[in-house]
Amino acid sequence: MSKVLVVAEHDGSVLNPSVAKVVACAASIDSAEIEVVVLASNVGAIAQEAAQLEHVSRVLTIERPENDYAIAAVLAPQIVAMCSDYTHVFGPSSTYGKDVMPQVAALLGVNQVSDIMAVIDSHTFKRPVYAGSGLATVETPADSIVIGTVRIASYSSVAEGNSASIESVDVAVELPTHTRFIELKSGASDRPDLQTSAKVVAGGRALGSEDNFELIYKLADKLGAAVGASRAAVDAGYVPNEVQVGQTGKIIAPDLYIAIGISGAIQHLTGIKDAGTIVAINKDEEAPIFEVADIGLVADLFNAVPELTEALD
Amino acid sequence: MEKILVGLKRVVDYNVRVRVKNDGSGIETDGVKMSINPFDEIALEEALRIKERGEASEVIVISVGPSEAQQQLRTGLAMGADRAILVESATPVDPLSVARIFKTIIDRDGIDLVLLGKQAIDNDNSQTAQMLAAIWGRPQATFASQIDMQGDKARVTREVDVGLEVIEIDLPAVISVDLRLNEPRYVKLPDIMKAKKKPLDQVALDEFDIESAPAIKELTFEPPAERERGVMVNDVAGLVAALKDKGLA
Ligand SMILES: Cc1cc2nc3c(=O)[nH]c(=O)nc-3n(C[C@H](O)[C@H](O)[C@H](O)COP(=O)(O)OP(=O)(O)OC[C@H]3O[C@@H](n4cnc5c(N)ncnc54)[C@H](O)[C@@H]3O)c2cc1C
Repeated sequence: MSKVLVVAEHDGSVLNPSVAKVVACAASIDSAEIEVVVLASNVGAIAQEAAQLEHVSRVLTIERPENDYAIAAVLAPQIVAMCSDYTHVFGPSSTYGKDVMPQVAALLGVNQVSDIMAVIDSHTFKRPVYAGSGLATVETPADSIVIGTVRIASYSSVAEGNSASIESVDVAVELPTHTRFIELKSGASDRPDLQTSAKVVAGGRALGSEDNFELIYKLADKLGAAVGASRAAVDAGYVPNEVQVGQTGKIIAPDLYIAIGISGAIQHLTGIKDAGTIVAINKDEEAPIFEVADIGLVADLFNAVPELTEALD
Repeated sequence: MEKILVGLKRVVDYNVRVRVKNDGSGIETDGVKMSINPFDEIALEEALRIKERGEASEVIVISVGPSEAQQQLRTGLAMGADRAILVESATPVDPLSVARIFKTIIDRDGIDLVLLGKQAIDNDNSQTAQMLAAIWGRPQATFASQIDMQGDKARVTREVDVGLEVIEIDLPAVISVDLRLNEPRYVKLPDIMKAKKKPLDQVALDEFDIESAPAIKELTFEPPAERERGVMVNDVAGLVAALKDKGLA
């Protein structure tokens, strides 16, 4: 029988929505028992949230001042010290999970399965390679612990309403001080979150300036959508890095994705493969984005976008 | 700081449209253009800039891969690296073993900073840097978009999901780099000539006394579900109607 430990991502006070999706992945392993571990300086509210997730049988907490901010070299040895009873340790394939999980794997002397998108059985998984141009079915050694990150766009959140028990655990490991958090510069806005929003309006290089991106924001506001961008738009400084969609940005699965002035490079498309409906507005009818768009409009965005915003009342 | 080690992986060039082989046994790599993993090229560029500012004295490039990876190492030497190490293996090597090989070189040559790409664009694993930091017991700064060397410390800006995070790390350390860190230089012809005279050490993988890691087996490959080309609308009114039709507006 499988016993899965899920490492809970959080921001110090709130559980990250990715956790409910990692639990969903874990729950797709036959008859798995699922526990969640919260490492924080103040575990209270975060653990409460985790305990509400369906399928979770127990929430374990490690409360230490060193866990105030997520530092891989600090978190990994604590996870390693308490995971010997588990067959699997899973984390999200977010920057949080990508930072810490390979450290856990290396300390345990195993390789990691990155970006799990489907569970075939307890030791066989599907994962994307080459920016999603191929899907590999991989098998981990039967006799060793499985360390994995979960591609969160591949899973729907488990329901809430559970009330799992919460227990604190002590891990007696010495923690390094060689890595120090200085600051977080976040473009935090009131707009819907890119990773969880049902609708996303994204702009590309064609916008031409930070000011012109206002067109994207206006349309997004009208639709109640989050804002995304191509790498070219981020590189040019029109928008902050956290809104980049694609292989090296965010992998998202909204119901509606509107790509405006984005050519549709493979590295961009890999971020929207699971979107419900893709709409493309581009002035070049040959743009590769039209090959994957459900609805395409060949038009100059500087005319079409204001007109669309106006028409959506 | 003395020495910087940079990993260069030989991968299918990012402009190639890769295809899964018809029999599902792998990805078609016959006759396709191979290049340095783009993230690794950025790591090398950063190492060279650090050296050119007088903050390091030697840049060493290393590749674990087939004999043909010499080409990528020569390109690295032409960009400005001082010497190269090829750890030769005809078959792919798993990330933990690569990390263990890097660790052996670190212990042998006394490395102060390791710069790696944040992921390789073939397997997209994003593991090697983190694994190396863990087994070395040294700091890691992943997904770097800015690196400021400050004597025996570095201040690194990281691209994380919620924005930009700044951390301070003690050296020696491992940094994995993201795309916005810099724009790699172009190699000039005279540099290619000069690079031919720079040392390139070739060592067989089995000369390394590393513990072998249980590898994850790749059983089969399949192409992703194709998205179908949808409908084209003629104007904004048509677009609005199509959205309403799907209940999306
Ligand atoms: C290793 C690697 C990783 C990468 N990761 C990512 C990633 O995560 N995300 C990502 O997005 N990219 C990524 N890229 C970059 C990617 O290859 C493309 O360069 C990028 O997506 C292009 O952005 P774009 O579509 O905005 O720009 P362009 O390709 O320049 O496209 C602009 C489009 O706008 C159209 N246009 C111009 N003017 C107008 C107008 N007035 N009205 C309407 N349309 C107009 C043009 O026809 C064109 O199709 C990566 C690249 C590499 C090498």
